[in-house]
Amino acid sequence: MKRIYAREQYCINCRLCECFCKTAHSVSKDIIKAHKTEKPEPVSRLFVEGDNMLSFAVNCRHCDKPACVEACITGAMVKDPETGIVINNSERCVGCLSCVLACPYGAVKAGNIAYKCDLCRGEEMPACVKNCPNRALIYIEGGSER
Amino acid sequence: MNFLNPEFQIIRDKDRCIKCGACVRQCSYEVHVSDKDTGELYTNDINCVACHRCTSICPTRTLTVKKNESVYRESANWTSDYINQIFRQAETGGVLLSGMSNPQPYPIYWDKILLNASQVTNPSIDPLREPMETRTYIGAKPDKIEFDSNGKLKTKMPPQVKLEMPIMFSAMSFGSISLNAQKSLAAAAQQCGTLFNTGEGGLHEELMPYKDCAIVQVASGRFGVSKEYLDMGRIIEIKIGQGAKPGIGGHLPGEKINEDVSKTRMIPIGTDAISPAPHHDIYSIEDLRQLVYSLKEATNYQKPVSVKIAAVHNSAAIASGIARAGADIIVLDGFRGGTGAAPVRIRDNVGIPIELALAAVDERLRSESLRSKVSLIAAGSFRNSADVVKGIALGADAVYIASAALIAMGCHMCRQCHTGKCNWGIATQRSDLVKRLNPEIMSQRAANLLTAWNHEIKEMLGGMGINSIDSLRGNRLMLRGIGLSQKELDILGIKHAGE
Repeated sequence: MKRIYAREQYCINCRLCECFCKTAHSVSKDIIKAHKTEKPEPVSRLFVEGDNMLSFAVNCRHCDKPACVEACITGAMVKDPETGIVINNSERCVGCLSCVLACPYGAVKAGNIAYKCDLCRGEEMPACVKNCPNRALIYIEGGSER
Repeated sequence: MNFLNPEFQIIRDKDRCIKCGACVRQCSYEVHVSDKDTGELYTNDINCVACHRCTSICPTRTLTVKKNESVYRESANWTSDYINQIFRQAETGGVLLSGMSNPQPYPIYWDKILLNASQVTNPSIDPLREPMETRTYIGAKPDKIEFDSNGKLKTKMPPQVKLEMPIMFSAMSFGSISLNAQKSLAAAAQQCGTLFNTGEGGLHEELMPYKDCAIVQVASGRFGVSKEYLDMGRIIEIKIGQGAKPGIGGHLPGEKINEDVSKTRMIPIGTDAISPAPHHDIYSIEDLRQLVYSLKEATNYQKPVSVKIAAVHNSAAIASGIARAGADIIVLDGFRGGTGAAPVRIRDNVGIPIELALAAVDERLRSESLRSKVSLIAAGSFRNSADVVKGIALGADAVYIASAALIAMGCHMCRQCHTGKCNWGIATQRSDLVKRLNPEIMSQRAANLLTAWNHEIKEMLGGMGINSIDSLRGNRLMLRGIGLSQKELDILGIKHAGE
């Protein structure tokens, strides 16, 4: 499956990926409204770790055997057998955050429920990749989980 | 107390700002500050150099950089620039330094020269329908060519270098610019069938894949020069002078000599890299001839040897000497050429415009029957393809561009190269800044620029009814001056518009 890979040698710690992820997961899809007025406030599904010297965007690996799915107590976290995308169903998630604890990559974000990357639900190019100004995020086929 | 008035002012549209803090993290000059307690964003306008990194990276286009509205009392004589420079010198007691090119309002002759086009007779040519040649061969040409009875060439040709277009990237050393910037230029040159120039910094091992499109420079500090280095380049260039700072050497401060630069330049880490003003073994044309032939001998006469000089008052006589010293190529660098660092007074007051120097040198070499013995490369602020066409019509075989290529890669001409804090990852060795320049993206942008200019050159040639760049070279009848004095027209060797 196609996955997002972070290339830390080109990550410049601008964190625009976070801004555009948050916008892509908002109701309005408008960057200013998503950040300033929308309630409940949308949540970015990936986050940049590090500082200007070394940084990279942590995002879901969409593992072949996802620990978060195994850990989920309600069946909210599922891996789509066709696309391979791991999605958290917000209707079923009760916010126990077992997935947050289970994820070996720290890629699930804790909130009132769990939030995680959905690869922009089948968009040709996820928002973070599309808007990275330095191609530090790439979306390619054939790579491994890591 | 700081006497300086900020040059720029940053306006933040608070209705649009989402406080993502990208501006804070991206500014190496520490203009943008985020308040630790409130998260509010403020600006230290005095630090702003108008590099526009923040305005470009801001996802909501919140920021505007304006000229500071707070002004000194106006004077045509005591401009704010001169006042600020005195404040700065009174503070430091030092020589003022700056980067990039001469910003003073001297005449720009390119803008006072007009091109011809064909009408009715000698019809114009459509480059999209008919072949149009911009391929250029650089190197000394023989006086005559002889063939044997089978039509085979008998004359032994001096080494020639083929360029797919008459534009090359001029010298920018590893040290003055980042490795990522050099890699981008090298890859663009390779893609477009032209050359890049290592500058006086040696050839970094990561640039080895691009050695076939490298001009290797030998300058007064001899940094990075070895037999292998000379063997790798397509052309060897002896740098005598640079248009931005004629008569001045170079000084790369020790703090920029990191492990990589040290290895490539072959000097210890942390030592200042000082290129003396003169070559200490060249005090005459005869001495220059010795170096030219030493380099030819060292490379088995396989490569053209080029000599680069700054455009100065006696360029024509000097160029004649260089041609007689055995150089295959003469590079003339005009006073609007860029630099990674130069004393402001030198940059702004020394040298002459490339247009005048080029016309004078071409004329002199022709009158002494030396023109075909050398290729002539013009440099020093070719801003667009029309400048290139005019330069070739004034007598250049090809041109060098550097500032234009850097602009293609993000440079906003803020003239702070000498500070080493380039926010665009070009004129810096700081790893957090260098990685901002991704060669995958920027090589393509530089290549796009070359491709675009080459298309435009073909359009202009076609309009003139010419189908080959060779027919344009030195073809001053294609040029007319506008608003120039008779003396200027005489030096340029062109007629006035309407004549």
